[in-house]
This record gives sequence, C-alpha cells and structure tokens, in this order.
Amino acid sequence: MKKKAFQLMLAMILSLLVVGCSSNSENEESTGGDETASGETGEESIHYLSTNNASGGEVPVYVDQTEEKTDYELDIETVPQTDLVQKIQLLSASNDLPEAFDFESGKPLQELIDADAVLDVEKAFKEIGIYENLNPGAVDLLKRLSGGKGLYAVPTELNLEGFWFNKQIFEEHGIEVPTTWDEMLNAAETLHENGVQPFAVAGKEKWPITRLINAYVMRYYGVEAMEKVSRGELDITDEGFVEAANQVKSMADNGYFGKGANTLDADAAVDMFLQGQAAMYYMGTWAIADFHNEDRNQIGVDNIGFFNVPTVEGGVGTLDEYNMNAGLIVAFSKDKYDDKMKEWIEAVFSDYGDRAMQDLGLITGFNVNEMPEDISPLTKLISEEIDNVTNGALWFEANFDARTKQIAEDNAQLLISDSIDPEVYMSELAKEIE
Amino acid sequence: MQRVLRDKRAILLFILPSLVIYFAAVLVPTVWSIGYSFFEGSPVRGFTFIGLNNYLDIFSDRQFLNSFWLSIKYAVFVTTGQVFLGLVLAIFYVLVLKRFSVLIRTLIFFPIVLPAVAVAQLFSKLFEITPQLGLVNSILSSLNLDMWVQAWLGSGDSAFWVIVIMDIWRSMGFYAVLLYAGLIDIPEDLLEAARLDGANGIKLSRFVIIPMIRPILISAIIFSLNGTLKVFESVVALTNGGPGTSTSMLTVYMYHSAFAYNEYGYGSTVAVFLLILCLIVTLFIYKFSRKDVD
Repeated sequence: MKKKAFQLMLAMILSLLVVGCSSNSENEESTGGDETASGETGEESIHYLSTNNASGGEVPVYVDQTEEKTDYELDIETVPQTDLVQKIQLLSASNDLPEAFDFESGKPLQELIDADAVLDVEKAFKEIGIYENLNPGAVDLLKRLSGGKGLYAVPTELNLEGFWFNKQIFEEHGIEVPTTWDEMLNAAETLHENGVQPFAVAGKEKWPITRLINAYVMRYYGVEAMEKVSRGELDITDEGFVEAANQVKSMADNGYFGKGANTLDADAAVDMFLQGQAAMYYMGTWAIADFHNEDRNQIGVDNIGFFNVPTVEGGVGTLDEYNMNAGLIVAFSKDKYDDKMKEWIEAVFSDYGDRAMQDLGLITGFNVNEMPEDISPLTKLISEEIDNVTNGALWFEANFDARTKQIAEDNAQLLISDSIDPEVYMSELAKEIE
Repeated sequence: MQRVLRDKRAILLFILPSLVIYFAAVLVPTVWSIGYSFFEGSPVRGFTFIGLNNYLDIFSDRQFLNSFWLSIKYAVFVTTGQVFLGLVLAIFYVLVLKRFSVLIRTLIFFPIVLPAVAVAQLFSKLFEITPQLGLVNSILSSLNLDMWVQAWLGSGDSAFWVIVIMDIWRSMGFYAVLLYAGLIDIPEDLLEAARLDGANGIKLSRFVIIPMIRPILISAIIFSLNGTLKVFESVVALTNGGPGTSTSMLTVYMYHSAFAYNEYGYGSTVAVFLLILCLIVTLFIYKFSRKDVD
C-alpha cells in the first residue's frame, strides 16, 4: 500500500514537472516565437516591432514598399499597445532595440532620446534627401512632444480626434449634430431612452476614457490646458478638471457607455460602432483604416459622420481647435542604423504620404503630392477638417511620466465603474504630478 | 562507500555543482534585487543611490498597501478553497467513488495542465458581458435574474472573486490528488474499526481521516500559500490588475513598478516585502507543523 502511494506521488510530481515545463515552454514560444525570429534577423531582413500585424494600421504600406523596392524582408513582431513602452524600454536597457519600432511620443520617447538610443530622424532624412516630404505641421507637433529635443520619430500618422457618429441612427431619432456639450448629452439621453447605446467606449484600453475627460478639459481651459498643468500654471484639482471627470463619470452612470465598458477592448468597441450597436465613438482619424475595412464596416462608409468635441458652457475652447496627435510614431535604433536601414527608409518613406493615402486613405504627417481622384468620403471629410484647424491640443497623458500616466488611466476605469469620485480622481493625479 | 561519504572533499565535490547553480540562479538575483531597492532609476536613465527612501515611501503608498492587503486576502481565500475543496474531493474519491474514481480524478485534475493564459481566456469569455453575454450572464438572463447580469470583470469586487474562483477551479484537482495519495495510505482496517464504532461521513472525516493525513495537509497548505502569495500570471492574463488597480496584487504591482513605471528600485522594494511576507508565512506554518508532528 505504502509503495503504491509513493509511486502515485512520484508519478504525480513527475507529471507536474512535465506540465510545468511544457506550459513554460509554450508561453515562451507564444511570446518568444517572434523573438527568435528577430534574434536571427539576418542581413536580408529588417526587424520592425509594431502594435499592428501585417494587415493592420499603416503596416501594409511598409510591407508593400519593402517588397516592391528592396531585396529585404520585413520581419514584423507584434506586441499589444499596452506592453509597447515597457517592451521597448527593456530592449533599450539591454542595448537591443529593433531596427524600427512603434513607440509613444512624449515622455517615453524623450527618455530614449536622452539615453542616445534613437536615431535623429531630421538628420537622417536630410541626408537621404526626403526631409522635404514631411508636413511642417506634423514636424512641429512631434518636436513639441519631444520637449523641444528635435525630431526623433517619423509622423506616420497625423490624427484629429473627435466623435464619429452613425448618421442613420441620428436621423432616425431626429438628432442634430451637436455643437455644445449639453446638446451632446441631450442626444445621448434621447438615444438611451430609445434603447440605443449612445457611445462605444473601449474602457479596457483605459486611454479612451481619459480622452473623454481631456475633451472636456480642452474645451474648458483651451488647448494648452495639460501643458499648463505640467508647467505648474494650472492646478489639476481646479473646478474645470473635476467637472470634466464628473461629466464622464455621470455619462457612464447614466448608462451611455453601455454595460461593462471596462471590459470592452478597442476592436470590440470599433466593431460595436461599425455594426450599428452604438451611435457615437470617440476616436482619432486613424480609425478610418478600420472604417474602410468592408468586412468589418456593416453600416457603410457613407453613413459615418464626424464632429469635433463640442464646446462647454463657461469654457474658452472653440470649434476650430482640435485634439490632435501623431498617433504611435515610428522610431529607429541608432546603433543599428546602417546602409541597409538607409536604403529601407528611403524606399518606404520617399513617397509614403501618397502611398498611405492611395492604399489606405490614411492622412499622415507626410505631404501628398497627388491627391487620388477616387478618394473616400471619410478621407475627404477629414482633409477638409484639417484645413479648419487653427490650434491643436495634445492628449491627456502626453506630458505625464509613466507612473502618472498609469495612474490617470487606471483610475479612469475606477471612475467609470463608480469606485472613486471625480475629486479623488484629480487629487490622486495632483499628488503624482507634484 | 561509507568512507567516501565521510570525506569532506568528496562531500564538497558532490554538492558543489548544485550549490553553484543555486548560488547563481537564486541567491545572486535575490541579493541583487535587494541591492536595487536602495537605488532609484532605470537602466535607461541610470541609477542613483537613495538609501532607505524607497522603504520609507512605501508605507505611505496607498497603492502598495492596497496590493499588500489584496495579496493576503487572495491567499487566504484561494488557499482555503483549494485545500478544503481538494480535501472534500479526496474524501469523495476514497469513500464514495472508491475504485471508479480514475475518470473523475483525471477530469478534475485536468485544468492544472492547461496554461494559465488559456484558462484566463476561458473565464473572460465565461463572464463576458459585451459585445455579447457570456455563459454566466446568459444563464442569469434566461433565469430572469437580469439584475444580476453585470460586467463581472468590469468592477473591482466582482473581478477579484472571478480570479479567486478561477484559481480554485484550476488547482483544486491537484490538491485533491495530493491528499488522495495520503488518504489511500490509511489502513482499511482502521477505517473499518471506526465504522464499527459508529463513525460515518463527517465524523469519520473529522476524527479519523484528517488527523491521519495531517502532515500531508500541512504540506498542501504551505504549497498553496506560497503559490497564492506569488500569484501572477493568472491575474495578468485575466484582468492585468484591473479595472484600475483593484486586482493588482503585490506581484503585479511589483511588475508594474519595475517595468511599466520604469522604477526598478521601487519595484525591488516591493519584491523585498513579498519575500519577507513569504518567509514569515512559511516559517510560521513550518513551526506550527513541526510542533504538531512531534
């Protein structure tokens, strides 16, 4: 009997060891599979760490350009956006940055610039002779984001942010495009009463919530609100900030974000909007790529409208000011910049603006030399909006360090799940900003 | 043989390889990490010595205290659940299913074979609310219990319980098998005698079975506590500490501090506290069990 028990124990421990090992190696495979590929990046391939896969975002342009114009192969490693900064920082710490990578402009990039790890894009582009292709406005925006350190990233996107809406749903419920915050809330109430979810909000990603807070803030205090906070000219616990958090919280409490917004990821949120399950969707113009995807867009491109963040009562913001950003930028490892990379950069970025516009209808930080004739209505709409822009605001966390950013985003989830009050939200942030 | 083993040099030769590995893989990183806790900075920015500041700051860090409390709460509930349900299952195997328990045993053991990430995916679908209702919400909704339909993973309290349920479900089979091994070791005549004396079901378990397997039970508790205090992958995979920070246990907070906030020193300080916590708990139980065995 004893022997049997012993054998059983032994068998169990052995099986556990096997299980332990196998699940480990499995994990390693799933995350590290790409890494092995990248580790072996030979002369013929270029390692690009992206938040998209080969068919997402603007990546198809890189893939096509690489295939058409070079002998190299583009080796794409995909990481979730939430892990991006962390992953790049680790790679940078071990001196193994990928040749090209997506990254967040703002504080994270500034750290890499200080560590002398990323390529000076202005210098490189001038040397290659493609600097003139960059849109000066986008260059300004990126330089502002790098804290005046220079241009260390490529503006592969130039985005406005605002509310996309489903024209058909608006019409059915007799809703006019709102120009003031109250009008927007009234519209939401009407929709909610009629059983239509007013907003699709990807709360799982966290930042879509803080964008809404920021939307109110930039209308109340104007486009430089968050920069003033970081310079110490404005106190983030002031009434306008608290009111912004309060507005977003009460939108959630009223059910305008539907049930379980905190569990909705970006893909699910955009699908919700594109399947007509939600009437409005706050997002940047990068979402146009998804809107153009016919498999996903069931409401039709013609059915999507856009309105700028509405003005708020007592606020100084106006409708010709927009929330803007350069999206995730692309940066390059300084160490790994060589003739091969030079050739690749020239191949991909010499006519990047035109290609992104033609192939994906994307508006980028590059000049478009020839506007395609069959331009999509959405792209046309946004091109026109961009002409209206007099001033741009950065996003909520643009000037926060990693910890403050995390707290802003984590607490935003708590704010809309009714766990903390608007005052607490802002005072927690104030503590970190100090 | 005797002579060889008495030779100090021979002993040294035998244990040296494992000692070197242990030293390099366990002790050095531990000491290194403790060293980091006196510094501020990151590999990108560089490090500066700040003495005991991290240790002073940590006690006024609401997030740390919250994580500390969460870790303890989680460990208590999950260990209790795992070991208790494991025991119930083991007794069930032995007393009720007897020789036919193989299939059930395998089925209940099965989840521990699955990677935590896969289990977390499974549970996030089970408790889903949007874009479509998951199994749990569908059942509630079809039973007309619509007020219970909610975003289980969308608010801190319920998300915590989902993690607890998931981890109990995942590893109770393991503890059941562990305890089962002890149970089948109890001589049949002893059980027979107890039955003749009129002990049945609960009484039999309480006064005969549990005292007989006490040493194994205590090992199981140590195993479980150490595992649950250091829980990481199932939390990261299911909620990543969210919503907000409401399921961010010490390990998750440590990870975020070091790798997301890029504060390696502070992350190491959290790790030191985790180390101390695990040590205290293990020593406590060890002492308790020693006394018991004697």
